[in-house]
Amino acid sequence: MSWPVLSVTIFLPLLGTAFIMMVRGDEETVARNARAIALWTSLATFVVSLLVWANFDPRNAGFQLMEEAPWIPALGINYRVGVDGISIFFVLLSTFLTPLCILASWVAVTRRVREYMISFLVLETLMVGMFCALDFILFYLFFEGVLIPMFLIIGVWGGPRRVYSAFKFFLYTLTGSVLMLIALLVIYFEAGSTDIPTLMTHDFPVAMQKWLWIAFFASFAVKVPMWPLHTWLPDAHVEAPTAGSVILAGVLLKMGGYGFLRFSLPMLPEASHYFAPFVFALSVIAVIYTSLVALAQEDMKKLIAYSSVAHMGIVTLGIFAFTEQGIQGAIFQMLSHGVVSSALFLCVGVVYDRIHSRDIARYGGLAIRMPAYAAVFMVFMLGAVGLPGTSGFVGEFLVLLGTWQVDRLATTLAATGMILGAAYMLWLYRRVIFGALEKEDLKAILDLSPREIAVFVPLVLVVIWMGIYPAPFLEGMSAAVQNLVDQVQLANGPQPTGLASLLGR
Amino acid sequence: MDRFSLVALSPAWPEVFLALSGMALLMIGVYGGGPRGGNNSFRLVSWLAVAAMVVTGGLVTLGSDGGSVQAFGGVFIADSFARFMKVLILGSSALTLLLSLAFAEKEDMARFEYPVLFVFATLGMMMMVSANDLLSLYLALELQSLTLYIIAAFRRDSLKSTEAGLKYFVLGALSSGMLLYGITLVYGFAGSISFPVLAETFANGVSIGAVFGLVFIAAGLAFKVAAVPFHMWTPDVYEGAPTPVTAFFSVAPKVAAVGLFVRVMMGPFAPLAGEWQQIIVFISIASMALGAVAAINQTNIKRLMAYSSISHIGYVLIGLAAATEQGVEAIGVYLAIYIFMSIGTFAVILAMRSKGVAVEGIDDLKGLARTRPGLALAMAIFMFAMAGIPPLAGFFGKLYVFLAAVQAGMYALAVFGVLASVVAAYYYVRIVKIMYFDEPVGVFDPMPGAEVGAITFVSAVFVMFFFVYPQPILIGAARAAHALFAG
Repeated sequence: MSWPVLSVTIFLPLLGTAFIMMVRGDEETVARNARAIALWTSLATFVVSLLVWANFDPRNAGFQLMEEAPWIPALGINYRVGVDGISIFFVLLSTFLTPLCILASWVAVTRRVREYMISFLVLETLMVGMFCALDFILFYLFFEGVLIPMFLIIGVWGGPRRVYSAFKFFLYTLTGSVLMLIALLVIYFEAGSTDIPTLMTHDFPVAMQKWLWIAFFASFAVKVPMWPLHTWLPDAHVEAPTAGSVILAGVLLKMGGYGFLRFSLPMLPEASHYFAPFVFALSVIAVIYTSLVALAQEDMKKLIAYSSVAHMGIVTLGIFAFTEQGIQGAIFQMLSHGVVSSALFLCVGVVYDRIHSRDIARYGGLAIRMPAYAAVFMVFMLGAVGLPGTSGFVGEFLVLLGTWQVDRLATTLAATGMILGAAYMLWLYRRVIFGALEKEDLKAILDLSPREIAVFVPLVLVVIWMGIYPAPFLEGMSAAVQNLVDQVQLANGPQPTGLASLLGR
Repeated sequence: MDRFSLVALSPAWPEVFLALSGMALLMIGVYGGGPRGGNNSFRLVSWLAVAAMVVTGGLVTLGSDGGSVQAFGGVFIADSFARFMKVLILGSSALTLLLSLAFAEKEDMARFEYPVLFVFATLGMMMMVSANDLLSLYLALELQSLTLYIIAAFRRDSLKSTEAGLKYFVLGALSSGMLLYGITLVYGFAGSISFPVLAETFANGVSIGAVFGLVFIAAGLAFKVAAVPFHMWTPDVYEGAPTPVTAFFSVAPKVAAVGLFVRVMMGPFAPLAGEWQQIIVFISIASMALGAVAAINQTNIKRLMAYSSISHIGYVLIGLAAATEQGVEAIGVYLAIYIFMSIGTFAVILAMRSKGVAVEGIDDLKGLARTRPGLALAMAIFMFAMAGIPPLAGFFGKLYVFLAAVQAGMYALAVFGVLASVVAAYYYVRIVKIMYFDEPVGVFDPMPGAEVGAITFVSAVFVMFFFVYPQPILIGAARAAHALFAG
């Protein structure tokens, strides 16, 4: 590529914000123009990100499409971006979801539309930048910067307890991140560089690795979120506007998993191995416990939020299995969850826009008035359950396959959690969509509008595509994942891991 | 004896120029005021004072070859460190003086003595960072302090302002006393007041009496930078003093006192680093903790800024605690960024006027994003920056001090620092919450004066886009730090 395609992907949304800021006129004009500019900018960004994919060579395990510019030469810190088989799909996920978010907020957001659209475009820049960053300081800049627009999105356009939730989200995440900052500085002095590819090959002393791993864990485990650090998530999800929940579930949670894959595993392989049983234990608890909690929820968004924690438990399980299937499955599961749970939040948003309630008990029998909605909801519900033919199946299956080789106990327990997952999702569907149409106001409810169909069609297609023909994704990531697995195993050799070793210690 | 020739004065040309300008401005103020006496000349004298500071800044930066030179028989030193600090001091004095114009006229304190006092205070500060001798240190400090006492009480018909001035004076005099006591001890036990001689003496062994002196000097200087446990005057003085004066106090004297602190600790007392590092680590931790916790319940924004400045000093002192070149560089970077954040914030506070009256309650900011989106955006930028959230400038200040701490192996201090910054983030972000999440209660008057708007804008742009091209400040700070470690 003769032009800096990655930097364009990262900074194109900022160009859109500049245009939105320039819009003048009365409130209605500004809102209309802001929506249009945001939509077109995010669509253009998506197209550019597809070009990134088209130019990406899946056989190459290293970083590609790299760009570099001096930034703080005194410290040897450069602006350096690039993608590998792991990060490229997260870039695509971010650019794919942003236009859908903007479309989904078309009529739902009526107050301060200009600021809303600016927040989303800035958020997109930060998300894409974070997945592309190949310099640690640059990564941190994007990673932390996400807090500002997300805080505003929850706090300004959120529900009744938005202030509490916004603060909880902000402070929880900040606490984790600042500890990572210290670890990052220690790494800088140990290795003399902030360049991520260089650091991935640096051997850190094992004793230091453990401390660094804990600091990273503090940051990534909050983001994932892992039990017991997940309590900010249900609050943030419930209070955030629909599109905010979508980005939160779709992309921001993946920052934690991505962090483990990009930093903890390759840079700190011995420590990752040492702590793997601990992560297994937390993941299994997350899968089972949060599934049980989800069963007891009265609020649709809260239920999906808890299901997110459970699904991300599967992800961390797969990552710390250190097998190729496990890690591929974890990445695939993250992508799948990014699409499916985003879609589920959008489904909740559809009825919330009409009835202004998220109580499961307020609904029932929607299939009669809203057949298209029921069909769409069903696809995503089954995707979340992990039905073969949907994206959820591929990810969960690969993770279980990869984990089975190292720890049968944890795999069995996690699989139990998945059954619970099927239980709460199906039950949710049964209570909302089926049954008698008794509530008066539901009798006049309208089915999906053309705009909503435009939002859901791409999501349905992707869920089914990923379920039926996952090869393009798996092939794209396989070289990079193979490389990562080799790196971890080279450092540790074939040692036992898993829950059993935790008990034996 | 070329000591008395004009050439020998050349390192101090900027100070000489500023001193002469101050006297000239005094004359202009007295005789140039027209029929009603001096007060009509307020604006003229203020602008001339700003111009004098700008010219002095030019003399500081352009009139040197980048080396280190001494004057007055070695009691005055002009090196890269002093020059960097002087530029920061002159910049913050000039900007806060500009911020004062509209406020002074509206609040009936537009007297020409005000800018003249600014000039002399600035002169004192410049001498402070150039001090190379315990006596010139003390003289410079007193020139600065005495003018600041008057400026704090400048609204002489306001009870709060005079109370602030008096409080500042009594506590400041106490700290000067401690400092002086420390100086006598050091002189008594080491036999010299010259920094280079002291450094040599201490390198060959230290007596316990000199360590006592060091502790007293450290306490006196901690008073001047308002570090815990010598911070008690800060909230009251910040709240009581007229707002532009508070803005001034939050930047220029802080820079000067920190510069002096660094010069004293890294100069004559460098061989005693093992002794004073513990003190600095303690006051640094205490300042960060108190600044973070005590600000949470404040309702007055100026008081909040007082605690905020205490916590920022805690972070600056991390750089000093490291006692390395990297640490001094971090201090330079942090101060340069802090100036813009603080001046910007105070510019916004100055814009908080409702029906012709200045308001200071944090709750008065409610819903500002609806009524004045530009002002709210600027304030949000400053608040997120003070909280140290990237990519805003404040993050880089914190990055540099933590870098220095980690390099010096002070992990516990660094971890404490970042955790305190999370606590502090709460109250900064709370202001954003009040501006953006709450419903408006009233509408502020239009910007009081174009200067306030312009300074808000410039500071916000600087803080927002610092990350794009941070080189100039980073290089300046690196040079400044290098000067202290070169010889």
